[in-house]
Amino acid sequence: MNTHTIIDKQDVKAVNTGAKAQGNLYAVHQKVFPKRAEGAFRKLKWIIMAVTLGIYYLTPWIRWDRGPHAPDQAVLLDMANRRFYFFFIEIWPQEFYFVAGLLVMAGVGLFLITSVVGRAWCGYSCPQTVWTDLFIKVEELVQGDRNARIKLDKAPWSVRKLGLISLTHLIWIVISVATGGAWIFYFADAPTLFWNFITLKAPFVAYGTVAVLTATTYLLGGLMREQVCIYMCPWPRIQAAMLDEDSLVVTYNDWRGEPRSAGTKKAAAAGLAVGDCIDCNACVAVCPTGIDIRNGQQLECITCALCIDACNGIMDKIGKPRGLIGYSTLRDYNHNMNIACPDATDDVWGRIDPALVHKTGGGFVDGLKHFDAKIFFRIRTLIYMGMWSLIGVGLLFLLLTRDRLEVNVQHDRNPVAIKLSDGSVRNGYTMKILNMMPEPRTITLSIDGPPGASMTITGMDEVIGRIAHVPVEPDKLRALHVFVTVPPQLLQAGSTNFKIVVTDEQSFESDSYQAIFEVPENMK
Amino acid sequence: MSGNREIDQVSGVDTTGHEWDGIKELNNPLPRWWLWTLYATIVWSVGYMVVYPAIPGLSPGAGASKGIWGWSSRADVRNELSAADAAKQAMTDKIAGMDINAIMADNDARTFAVSAGASLFKVNCVQCHGSGAQGGPGFPNLNDDSWMWGGKPEQVVQTIAGGVRDTTSAETRDSLMPAFGKDGILDAEKIGQVTNHVRQLANLEHDAAAATAGATVFAENCASCHGEKGEGNQDLGAPQLNDAIWLFGDSPEAITAQVNAPRHGMMPGWKAKLGDAKVKQLAAYVLSLGGGQ
Repeated sequence: MNTHTIIDKQDVKAVNTGAKAQGNLYAVHQKVFPKRAEGAFRKLKWIIMAVTLGIYYLTPWIRWDRGPHAPDQAVLLDMANRRFYFFFIEIWPQEFYFVAGLLVMAGVGLFLITSVVGRAWCGYSCPQTVWTDLFIKVEELVQGDRNARIKLDKAPWSVRKLGLISLTHLIWIVISVATGGAWIFYFADAPTLFWNFITLKAPFVAYGTVAVLTATTYLLGGLMREQVCIYMCPWPRIQAAMLDEDSLVVTYNDWRGEPRSAGTKKAAAAGLAVGDCIDCNACVAVCPTGIDIRNGQQLECITCALCIDACNGIMDKIGKPRGLIGYSTLRDYNHNMNIACPDATDDVWGRIDPALVHKTGGGFVDGLKHFDAKIFFRIRTLIYMGMWSLIGVGLLFLLLTRDRLEVNVQHDRNPVAIKLSDGSVRNGYTMKILNMMPEPRTITLSIDGPPGASMTITGMDEVIGRIAHVPVEPDKLRALHVFVTVPPQLLQAGSTNFKIVVTDEQSFESDSYQAIFEVPENMK
Repeated sequence: MSGNREIDQVSGVDTTGHEWDGIKELNNPLPRWWLWTLYATIVWSVGYMVVYPAIPGLSPGAGASKGIWGWSSRADVRNELSAADAAKQAMTDKIAGMDINAIMADNDARTFAVSAGASLFKVNCVQCHGSGAQGGPGFPNLNDDSWMWGGKPEQVVQTIAGGVRDTTSAETRDSLMPAFGKDGILDAEKIGQVTNHVRQLANLEHDAAAATAGATVFAENCASCHGEKGEGNQDLGAPQLNDAIWLFGDSPEAITAQVNAPRHGMMPGWKAKLGDAKVKQLAAYVLSLGGGQ
């Protein structure tokens, strides 16, 4: 053991132990100055930040060739033309169930992740966390780490302070503008919009959207930060229902940490029991929501795992095993606590005796429970995985078998039927042929009845009997007014069913509509 | 007042002295941000009253103050309407310069004219011809292929423009069928015979003997306008009689009544009221109903 290691105790107190903890509904906000953390989880968070921000900022600039009749932007929400493009997928408004299905999948996925690793969404990938993390990094780069920031905050206003604070906020605003700016590129051709935007030729809604998103990013990520998670977000309240005692959550293992002691050596020399926690407060100093994980599970904890990194660093320095703070399930924790507390009752754990869990030569006694990958597969998670996969497979099936050619028909209602001078009866139909492919197609429109019927189309001369070849523009709907006429000798009073069929002769795609030919009694 | 100050033990805040069932009202100050927002809205309202119409009844009959920007909701509507008109202007001008056959052949022009004609029809024509242009007894159905004055595009335009039997219109379509019974040209027996003959022409149930006798009557009195076989004459507005379309009904009673003392429809000429361009739009709509020739 390295006997010369000196660990400074951080001068920090958890922010949620003051007025609020004493039952007051109002608590004055205390500024949180998170210290820089280093370790595996911090690295993971940097990677996730780079990936998620990369996806967000760069996606609109990816090009995807769809031929001359469709936009070449890989991801585009074309509101004006009501089309949604996602790489090789094109969605029309009536196919919005795909988006709904994806949202359901995202929801079930969130349940699954939460039941396995707790609030991982909050800690790693929630935009609030990602942007706050980025903003804190900016703050740290400009103003220095925790102590320098606290000092600067307490210092009287000076040119230097004003300069540093202004620079921080300026960078935040630049990031915010970029954030708001990236959003609008999902809704229009990105290069064109970018040029129009900087030459002040973009539509007002673009500037308005950027302004609103700039304001919210700056406000939520720069100024409000952890308060958004604690006071505004409903998810911390909902997630309690998603967690069970087999979910991994960031846990302070007091069964090995307590009794904590800043002067371990002195205490040990005095014959007092000492745990692994040296009460250095490193875990509190790095916490972005300013809490003390050693107080147990708290609403404020977003499980960002930075306290794990901080504590592991300290444990390495003092030569003790890592994992005093770590991901653990409630079941394992309770099991270990039962071993560590000789006089536990139903309601209170009571005194923790470190001798019951620590071996004298270092290490832990047998019988303690540690992480086991089996907890990933239990009834609850399997049900979530099943639901998730089922919806996914269903959507995929729908996507692969969906129609790219449709016909919608509306029978004329005023008047329903017209008697012609030779005594034949005519019905009119408005037919909408949907060519959902980005290429021009000639669609064959035909009717299979009623007996003796013939078809005429307003504005089209090339109709032969019951078949018409209708050119439809790429990715467009073509509305036709079609008249169906039955000669007098074949008229049947009442309703006659017949089928309207549209077919693409090239791809053999086809859609049909069951229509009715109506002959009122007095026209027979 | 200072003598009455009472401080709530729990919160350390003054009470107002109001008490209900032992519960005392605390005299908490309004939140500062709320108060400043209130002041800001008051300042805003002053500016608002200067800029926008706000103060009514400054002088009798003058309405509200105009405001220095001179804004009014009616002016907004006027602007929107003229903007809409301006947007349509190019198409309206194009149609005004085209002949109806050219309009029907041009996809854009026809689409525009049909839509414009549909709304004109709803305002000016549905009263007689019905909302679906399906007509009724005495009012022609415009969906079918039977035309008294012709169903070719230029004929339809002429009928709409000049009207039918409109004494105020110089270009009106005009014709008159004599009242054969009422004016004593034919007696009741001959009218009965000609009725049967007309029903025979139209393939309707009839008395064969009477119909044969009626053939002579028809040839002498009716064929000059309605044609030898009852095929009608669109130049004279004489309806075709050997088809299935009957303006006043195909029952023997209805035909007899019409021969006896014919009723004549009347339609105003629309050119004077709507102008050439709109008449063409109406014609395009009528032709789109499927009966045009």
